[in-house]
Amino acid sequence: MTTKNWLWLRDPLVWALAALVWLVFGMAHLKPLFAAAFPALDRPLYEQDTFVALLWSHVEIVAVSSAVAVVVGVAAALFVTRAAGREFRPLVETLVAIGQTVPPVAVLAIAVPLIGFGETPALIALALYGLLPIVRATIVGIESVPEAVREAATGLGLGGWQRLVRAELPLALPVLLAGVRTSVIINIGTATIASTVGARTLGSPIIVGLAGFNTAYVIQGALVVGLLAITVDLLFDRAGRHFDRWRSPR
Amino acid sequence: MIELQAVGKSFGATLAVDELSLTIERGEFVVLIGASGSGKSTTLKMINRLVEHDRGRILFLGQEIRSFKPEQLRRRMGYAIQSIGLFPHWTVARNVAAVPELLGWSTQRIVARVDELLALLGLEPGAYRQRYPSQLSGGQQQRVGVARALAGDPEVLLMDEPFGALDPITRQTLQQELARIHRASGKTIVMVTHDIDEALRLATRIVLLDHGRIVQAGTPAQLLAEPANAFVSDFVGRSDLGLKLLGLQTVAERVRAGENVAGEPVPQTLSLRDALSQFVVRRVDRLPVVDAHGLPAGVIHFADLLQRAP
Repeated sequence: MTTKNWLWLRDPLVWALAALVWLVFGMAHLKPLFAAAFPALDRPLYEQDTFVALLWSHVEIVAVSSAVAVVVGVAAALFVTRAAGREFRPLVETLVAIGQTVPPVAVLAIAVPLIGFGETPALIALALYGLLPIVRATIVGIESVPEAVREAATGLGLGGWQRLVRAELPLALPVLLAGVRTSVIINIGTATIASTVGARTLGSPIIVGLAGFNTAYVIQGALVVGLLAITVDLLFDRAGRHFDRWRSPR
Repeated sequence: MIELQAVGKSFGATLAVDELSLTIERGEFVVLIGASGSGKSTTLKMINRLVEHDRGRILFLGQEIRSFKPEQLRRRMGYAIQSIGLFPHWTVARNVAAVPELLGWSTQRIVARVDELLALLGLEPGAYRQRYPSQLSGGQQQRVGVARALAGDPEVLLMDEPFGALDPITRQTLQQELARIHRASGKTIVMVTHDIDEALRLATRIVLLDHGRIVQAGTPAQLLAEPANAFVSDFVGRSDLGLKLLGLQTVAERVRAGENVAGEPVPQTLSLRDALSQFVVRRVDRLPVVDAHGLPAGVIHFADLLQRAP
């Protein structure tokens, strides 16, 4: 028997993913457990929605808001690190810092009267909230590119765009990715409050549970959100190592 | 090949290069030398437009360099710098292939060119092609840097203190290889250095700069034997002037063919300076000389070192 075939069992990503899948599909089987733990509750299991549907729509909201944050954040950071956009850097940094300072709940409170209930105000609040780590990380990543690499690239005859795509971005990628990771993980947690404005997320059992003094609901929602965050974090870790491989090559 | 006509450059209130005129012919190995702040690096960077000149004209193949797109101009001039600046996320092969890729060469041609250059710079292609820069020593990295600068078969090679950060032994090896590449390819090379020994070893013409002006330009022998003023004498060094003069010539130029003497033979490519050292170390006044194939070429006498002013 070779041990090699079993090495994947030592991978935490496998375990986190397995636990997440098992939990969302098998939450109903845990009903007796929650009933025993919370005998005072009439309904010890959140059943308004399946956890699979909640997880799916949670991931959707996080994915869309994070994608917007990445596109806008990276573009803004690249712009202010070009010669043409250098003067706008303090402005952009201040704006994204404000985006981070204002709590998403406040953004929701402002957005709902303007746009109405649903997923859109949640997406706006989450995208704004996720900008800061991405903008910061992209700027730091681009600035960490060695001056010698930049001079050599220019001296060899790479144009501004070629230098960016072939040298600066790939070299900034590990740091940039770390920023995206932070942003996405924050968003996974923050997206739970989107349920307060009517978006269906893993926050729904938590919000309903808090409102109705149903601790079981809160635990069920929090468990799944926590596992989702851990799984996604491990995924980013894997991707980061892939893009970083030239730093510690085989 | 390259012509600088009364070129000037200021950074703010500081005058970096002042009324500098210099014509570089095809196949020359010109070394720009001077102390820090003498304008040598600025002069080099104005040639490939990394620094734009303020005054005067710079011609490349008879055309003002501003009539070229900067990227096009730079791809026709190899560029190697002291800090090397290899792309750390690319393999050695991809680094060397950078300019050929920009020039749109076929994959087949690029692969062949990369292997050819790695071999030329003494890096076994099979062993080094797929390595990353972080896996190489400083000397190996600069070999790749020089290979990358040569990859697009540029008409001119510009080098900004390329060996400045290397240890003395590695530096000397790379100098010898650069001299060999220059002889073999006949490429025009413009190099910046502050190391007078490097300049004497490599240059066909040395241009000594001070405060953005040319103090003297000439062959290594001219600078040593006919310094224009005290500054030049000081720069090339007064105390070991004789040794430096001997360093410019080889045993082959003084050997007496047909003679024979016992002892460990010296190669005829040995510099007269090293021959002098051998005379002193061995306490003899005659040394047997062999040619490149190890066959006896004659004898060099101690007195021959003084014969004929170089």
